[in-house]
Amino acid sequence: MSLLAVEKLSVGFPGHTAVHESSFSLDAGETLALVGESGCGKSVTAFSVMRLLPPNAQVKSGRILFDGLDLLTKTPAEMRDIRGKQISLIQQEPMTSLNPVLSIGLQITEVIRRHEKVSRKQARARAIELLDLVSIPDAHRRIDDYPHNLSGGMRQRVMIAMAVACGPKLLIADEPTTALDVTTQAQVLDLLDDLRHRLKMAVLLITHDLGVVAQWADRIAVMYAGRIVEKADIKPFFAQPLHPYSRGLLGARVDVDTEEHYLSDRLTEIPGSVGSAAGEAGCPFAPRCPIVVPACRLAPPPLIVQGERAVACPRVSA
Amino acid sequence: MTALLSVRDLHTRYAVGKQVLRAVDGVSFEVARGETVGLVGESGCGKSTLGKTVLRLVPSAEGTVVLDGADITHLGDSAMAPHRRKVQMIFQDPFGSLNPRQTIRTVLDTALKVHRLGDKAERARQMQEIVTRVGLPADALDRYPHEFSGGQRQRIGIARALILRPALIVCDEPVSALDVSIQAQILNLLVDLKRDLGLSYLFISHDLSVVRYFADKVLVMYLGRIVESAGHATLWRDPRHPYTKALLAAVPSTDPTHRRAAPPIKGELSTDIVSGCRFSSRCPAATDRCRTEEPLLRPVGESHHAACHYA
Ligand SMILES: Nc1ncnc2c1ncn2[C@@H]1O[C@H](COP(=O)(O)OP(=O)(O)O)[C@@H](O)[C@H]1O
Ligand SMILES: Nc1ncnc2c1ncn2[C@@H]1O[C@H](COP(=O)(O)OP(=O)(O)O)[C@@H](O)[C@H]1O
Ligand code: SF4
Ligand code: SF4
Ligand SMILES: [Mg+2]
Ligand SMILES: [Mg+2]
Repeated sequence: MSLLAVEKLSVGFPGHTAVHESSFSLDAGETLALVGESGCGKSVTAFSVMRLLPPNAQVKSGRILFDGLDLLTKTPAEMRDIRGKQISLIQQEPMTSLNPVLSIGLQITEVIRRHEKVSRKQARARAIELLDLVSIPDAHRRIDDYPHNLSGGMRQRVMIAMAVACGPKLLIADEPTTALDVTTQAQVLDLLDDLRHRLKMAVLLITHDLGVVAQWADRIAVMYAGRIVEKADIKPFFAQPLHPYSRGLLGARVDVDTEEHYLSDRLTEIPGSVGSAAGEAGCPFAPRCPIVVPACRLAPPPLIVQGERAVACPRVSA
Repeated sequence: MTALLSVRDLHTRYAVGKQVLRAVDGVSFEVARGETVGLVGESGCGKSTLGKTVLRLVPSAEGTVVLDGADITHLGDSAMAPHRRKVQMIFQDPFGSLNPRQTIRTVLDTALKVHRLGDKAERARQMQEIVTRVGLPADALDRYPHEFSGGQRQRIGIARALILRPALIVCDEPVSALDVSIQAQILNLLVDLKRDLGLSYLFISHDLSVVRYFADKVLVMYLGRIVESAGHATLWRDPRHPYTKALLAAVPSTDPTHRRAAPPIKGELSTDIVSGCRFSSRCPAATDRCRTEEPLLRPVGESHHAACHYA
C-alpha cells in the first residue's frame, strides 16, 4: 500500500476548475516531484492534502488516502492532529509561515508540545537538537533569535526543523528553494534529502525547476493546466520525456551541462501561453502542441499507463 | 574603436541607518558595440544597483560612467536628457514598473513625447511597428497591463525600452520571474532584436546557465566587487575564482546520471565586509594570507581576470 494515494482529485474555484481528476501516489521514504508552470495547480494539490484549501475552493471529487484512510473524511480536529505530526508542509516564503514576534525556539517548541506530552524544558532541548539537525550553527544561542535576524536560507532551515519536529511520514515541500540563491538551494535540498533518508520520510517536492527534479527526486509527475500529463521514474523521464509538454519544457531550458550559446544555438520555444488552455475542450496543450491533430481537440486524453510510466497523449509512446 | 559603455572604478553607497552600505565598491568594465556582457552573482551582491547607477537612476559616489564617448557621470537632468534615450532598462517585474491605469499606447507615446521623437502620425507608426516587432498582438496598444500574461508584459517592457531606439539595454533579471516555456520565448526575442537592431546588452541574472547562454563576456560579482571576468566559454571551461567554481557547481543539471558534488561553499552572502578577501569566510581554499591581504582583480589569462591570490 502506498503511503499517500491521491485518486481522481478534482478541485474547483467559483468559475473554474484548478485540479482535474489528478491521481498519483507516493511510497514511504520516496521523493516525488510535482512539476509545472505557475498556476497549473501544484499548490492547490498540496493544500488539498493538508486540508488547508482557501474557503472559496471546493473538492469536487476524489479521495486522498493517507495510510489507507481518506483524509477528505477527517474532521477538522482529526486533521489538526495529523498536520505537523504525520504530514508537514513547508512553503516557498518562510516568512509567511513564521510568526515575526516570536523567537524561533518558541515556535518550534509549540509544534512539539501540540503533539507530544513533554515539558517546556524537554521541548526546548529537542528544539536545539532540531536546529543542530538542520545545520544551524550555535543552535543553543540561535534558538532565541527572531525570524528577521536570520537569512533566507536559515529561515528555510528553521521551517524544515519545525516540519520534521514530530517525525512526519510525509513532508510536502512547496517550492522550498524558489526564493533562494542556487548555492543556498543546493544546501537546503541536500539537507532535505539527508533528512528523508535518516527519518524515513516521503517527500512531495513541488518545483518548477527540472534541474532540481533530476538531482533530488526519485519520480516525477508533470502537471499542465490542472492535469497530470506524465508520470515516470527520473532516469527514463530525462532520457526520453514522452508528453509533448514535457519535451517542450526540457527543450526550452538552458542546461548547465551543454555549451549552447546564443550565437550558435536557438532555444526551443513552446509557443503561446498556458492561458490558451482555458478555452480548450480537448487536450489542454492542444493550442501549443507541435504535433496536434484535429482529434486532440475532442476530449482531454486520459492518463494511460505504459509499463513503468504514464502519459496523457495518445500520439506518443515509449 | 572606443567602447559603447565604459565604467571606471564606480562606487555606489546607501545610507542604512547610521551605516554606509557599499553596494557597488569599485567596479570597472566595458561594453563594446554589439556586445552582450553578463553580470552574475547571488542576490544582494549589488547587480541591480550597478545597473541603476550606470543609468543614473541611483547616484554614484565615485568613479566615472562614459557612454558613447561622453562622460555622463555628473550631468544634470537637462544635460543628461539627450543621453538618456541611448540606454534603457528592462526589469524583472514589468508589471511593477507599468502604470495600471495607462494603456500601452499611453506608456509608449509618453516616452516618445518626452524625447520629442516625431509628430503624431510618425509616433503612431513607430508604436505599431514596435508592438508587432516584440510579438504582441496588433490590438495590444489600446489595452491595459493587467490584460496581458506575464510573458506578454515582459514584451511590453521590452517595447518600452526599444521605442526610444537605444544603443544599450540594461536587462535586470528579465526572465527570472517567467516560467521556463516563456523564458525561451523572451530570450529568443532579445537575441533577434540584438541582431536586427545592433543592440548591446548588460544582462543581469542570478542564473548562471542563462548568462552562459546569453552573454559574450561574463562578470562575476561578489559583495560589490567583480571577482572574475572572462569570455563565456573560458569562464565555463576554466573558472579560476573559487566563488565562480562554487556557483557553477551549485547549478543543478538535468542529467540525473550526472550527480552533482556537494556544494563546496557554506553559508550565505552577508553584507559584513571582512578584512582581506571578501569571500574568505565562505571559501574552501582560504589561507591566513586571504584573511589579511585583499586580492586585486588581475590578469590570469587572455581577457581573463580574477581576484584571488591563488587563481
Ligand atoms: N484563492 C484562490 N481563489 C481563486 N482561484 C485560485 C485561488 N488559489 C488558486 N487559484 C487558482 O487555482 C489555479 C492553481 O493555482 P496554484 O495551485 O496556486 O498553482 P501553482 O501550480 O502555481 O501552485 C490557478 O488557476 C489559480 O488562479
Ligand atoms: N534603496 C536601497 N537602500 C538601501 N540599501 C539598498 C537599496 N537597494 C539595495 N540595497 C542593498 O544594496 C545591496 C545590493 O542590492 P542589489 O543591488 O539590489 O543586489 P542584487 O540586484 O544583486 O540582488 C543589498 O544589500 C541591498 O539590500
Ligand atoms: S493529445 Fe494531441 S494536443 Fe495533446 S499533447 Fe498529445 S498530440 Fe499534443
Ligand atoms: S583569495 Fe583566498 S579566500 Fe579569497 S577566493 Fe582566493 S583562496 Fe579564497
Ligand atoms: Mg504554488
Ligand atoms: Mg537585483
